[in-house]
Amino acid sequence: MSKIHVNATVNGDAVEFLCEPDEVLLDVLRDRLNLTGAKEGCGTGDCGACSVTLNGRLVASCLVLGAEVEGSAIETVEGIGTADALHPLQRHLLDHAALQCGICTPGIIVAAKALLAENPDPSEEEVRFWLAGNLCRCTGYDKIIRAVLSAAAEMRGDSA
Amino acid sequence: MARVVIFGSLRAFTGGEGEMEIEAATTRELLKKLAARHPALAETIEAGVSLAIDGEVFKEAWFTPIGPEAEVVVMPLMVGG
Amino acid sequence: MKQDFKVLGTRPIRPDGLDKVTGKAMFGADKSVTGMLHARVLRSPHAHAEIVSIDTSKAEALAGVKAVITGDDFEDVDNRWTRYTMQNCMAQGRALYDGHAVAAVAAVSKKVAAEALALIEVTYKPLPHVTDVDEAMAPDAPVLHEGVKGRNLGDDVSGNTVGYYSFGHGDPETGFAEADEVIERTFKTAAVHQGYIEPQACLADLGADGRGELWCCTQGHYEVRRICAEILHMDASQLRVTASEIGGGFGGKTTVFIEPVALKLSQKAGRPVKLVMSREEVFRATGPTMSASMDVKIGMAKDGRITGAHARLRYQGGAFPYQMVMLGAMSAFAAYDLEHVQAEGWDVMTNRPKMISYRAPGAPMAVYAVESVVDELCQKLGLDPLDVRIMNAAREGSKSSYGPTFKAIGLVEALEAAKAHPHYSAPLAPNTGRGVSCGFWFNFGGQVSVSMAINADGTVNLIEGNPDIGGSRASISMMAAEALGIEFDRVRTIVGDTASVGFSDVTDGSRVTFAVGIATINAAKAAIKEMCKRAAMIWEIDEESVEWIDGAAHAVGHNAGTLPPMTLAEIAATSGKTGGPIAGHHEGAPDKAGVSFGVHLVDVEVDPETGFTAIKRYTAFQDVGKAIHPAYVEGQIQGGAVQGIGWALNEEYIYGEDGRLQNPGFLDYRIPVASDLPMIEPVIIEVPNPGHPYGVRGCGETAIVPPLAAVSNGVARAIGARLYALPMSPPKILKAL
Repeated sequence: MSKIHVNATVNGDAVEFLCEPDEVLLDVLRDRLNLTGAKEGCGTGDCGACSVTLNGRLVASCLVLGAEVEGSAIETVEGIGTADALHPLQRHLLDHAALQCGICTPGIIVAAKALLAENPDPSEEEVRFWLAGNLCRCTGYDKIIRAVLSAAAEMRGDSA
Repeated sequence: MARVVIFGSLRAFTGGEGEMEIEAATTRELLKKLAARHPALAETIEAGVSLAIDGEVFKEAWFTPIGPEAEVVVMPLMVGG
Repeated sequence: MKQDFKVLGTRPIRPDGLDKVTGKAMFGADKSVTGMLHARVLRSPHAHAEIVSIDTSKAEALAGVKAVITGDDFEDVDNRWTRYTMQNCMAQGRALYDGHAVAAVAAVSKKVAAEALALIEVTYKPLPHVTDVDEAMAPDAPVLHEGVKGRNLGDDVSGNTVGYYSFGHGDPETGFAEADEVIERTFKTAAVHQGYIEPQACLADLGADGRGELWCCTQGHYEVRRICAEILHMDASQLRVTASEIGGGFGGKTTVFIEPVALKLSQKAGRPVKLVMSREEVFRATGPTMSASMDVKIGMAKDGRITGAHARLRYQGGAFPYQMVMLGAMSAFAAYDLEHVQAEGWDVMTNRPKMISYRAPGAPMAVYAVESVVDELCQKLGLDPLDVRIMNAAREGSKSSYGPTFKAIGLVEALEAAKAHPHYSAPLAPNTGRGVSCGFWFNFGGQVSVSMAINADGTVNLIEGNPDIGGSRASISMMAAEALGIEFDRVRTIVGDTASVGFSDVTDGSRVTFAVGIATINAAKAAIKEMCKRAAMIWEIDEESVEWIDGAAHAVGHNAGTLPPMTLAEIAATSGKTGGPIAGHHEGAPDKAGVSFGVHLVDVEVDPETGFTAIKRYTAFQDVGKAIHPAYVEGQIQGGAVQGIGWALNEEYIYGEDGRLQNPGFLDYRIPVASDLPMIEPVIIEVPNPGHPYGVRGCGETAIVPPLAAVSNGVARAIGARLYALPMSPPKILKAL
């Protein structure tokens, strides 16, 4: 079977790639576009390590076909903040020591950013339920939840 | 002389003897003398043992000094984690 | 022992943090090289089968396939433990569990590799299998390997029983006779997986010249080098192993599962080979921890004194000989100062994946059984569970149940902190129970190498040989800064590959901060000695007249006050003219790691309609000796507690009658998620370890030990009935109601 030609934008940049009909977006990002920030933890949509946004909607990129994203805007962790100007979520995760091994961190950042876009003032419970699809085995979630809540407060302009 | 305590299941290899006195300046000397006294224990010693000298646990460490009044507990080698 | 710290106890941002929040950090599966092939592994669908034949011809003929290997491609090795590891990576003659590797393919793409797998024809002859520990120990059980039965065992157990251990002192029967109440119970715990989010991954390149490069996610790249060099019959010097960033390990990455396979494929294909496990493969073929069947009998006097205790632990560790129940038998009663105590343990093989360490391996299940019986005795005698534990607690001078007499330990301090904490006196809601448990871990020392360079600009580079699984680069930089008397951000620590720094043992046993820390402090001492010498030369005074204070050389004795201090940066700046580069290094094998105790308090609410257990409040107290980076210590305590909660409530390897694993995915093997939990409050207790210059104890493992019994004891008090098996899934709780 021949490959499919796809045009899309990733982190604001136009990209063009060929992919197999059954190739998932996660593999396209990692293997074809050299964006290895999204991780494969399960390949079945259960762990959230591959979280990206597709036209603003949070998705597990291991469950989206590369061929589906024609004309779409994709955002990955590489598009969130820079080393010089970190996104508040990134900064608060660091300040709260909310990552240990860091394998789930890209997915947590993408998912939490999508939450705050939808709900700038989430309760602890809302953060916990939103991030229930992002598995972390190191932290017990405590410091992650605190980091997201304090980043949200800063983004709202509350004195946190 | 150091008081040597053979712990638990290792006693199966000392004919049930659980405590003995051995004159040794280092753990290496102690283990050599212990293996000579209890040949059945030699295989275990060769494979490795952990030693508690006055409450501090050592993994092998041949040249650890042993005081004249020391209590040395010989245990199976602790591995894993 | 040093008491006044400038850097220790602060909370700087981890040096690897920026890369990890921006997606730049390179984990096992993130590296690719030119000409790289992709590998896949074919796995047995049978729990136990003879491999009659494997026909790889069709796979080899497929366009794009560059190498196919089976067990026949691996030559025998002398070391029997290495042979077991090799045969676990690739079956030879028999498939010993569902998921056991039988063949592997390297091809130009993942797609071609997958197609090739389907073309490999394996003829199996199924054999009788056993997956339950008690069945596997029975004399008539199918035996996995002949000739490996423990040499101190009789005919009452099968040849699957590979080890027997016993620890204790006194006579438990005498103790039971003195008791007012004696309770004996049998417990079962399921096998659980470490559950690291990053599947095993590696990139191997073994050239025709015999030189190899291996990139992999591991807790110990020197151990990977040793095993792989033995299996591939290479000199260790010819195989350079580089540890990637590691996406969780918890003990599960202390051995190899795929690296020898990737190296062999690379050797055969003459090209680099990338091999990444799927999550299903991780569950089916990497090590979970042991499942257990245990009997515990404890006698207690009316006043709460424990008069006698006895435990019998039967652990199942999968398809090859292993040694781990010992640590369970040693841990079982470690929290108690007892006159009459015995703990026995049996290691047993079954047709399951070979176990590998999981955080405090062997301890959580043994302590669960013991702490459950202690709690039941407290209920029966109407005693406060913390008072009883304080009364019986091991303390400095107690003869431990596993042999050594304890030095300074912090169990009583942790118990008293729990008693005084507002959590313990807070009112309880309906259907809610409060559980308590102690926990314990030994902590290890072991071999370590550190190399420190003082740069001409006054900064410091440090190379160590232990993969950073919990923030160790930060804590090691902190100890280097403390020892040198400079700012934290002047030090950069990296994990060197096997060709760049001396041997280091595996990152396990909570040993890294302790052992690498001691080596770092000693390396700094060596560098300081050299810097004092340079200062003495510049000042034209005796070396003995120079002391290092707060990051600078000071003239002392009759020169005191006559010369301004010379800082590290000043000495470094002229090092090229005063004798060349300044460095310090240390190689050693520190012991005296210092044990760590914890006490956990939990409030659980059980829904009487559904049997669902909710964790409502959780507080964890732990003696860590000295917390170098308190936020990371808290993180270790919180993470360990939550893994223990998962073990108590949800996680379980489920096997069918056919011996096949029924839940090899995160959907059916449910680790705790954010919405399952409340905040986990860590309370750090600091009783310094006399065996470390800064008082440090390992802190990473103890926290997984108490939650199993703490949650179970909470459930027992919430519903007025006790469960004797884990996990306490809703159907089991409904049944108990």
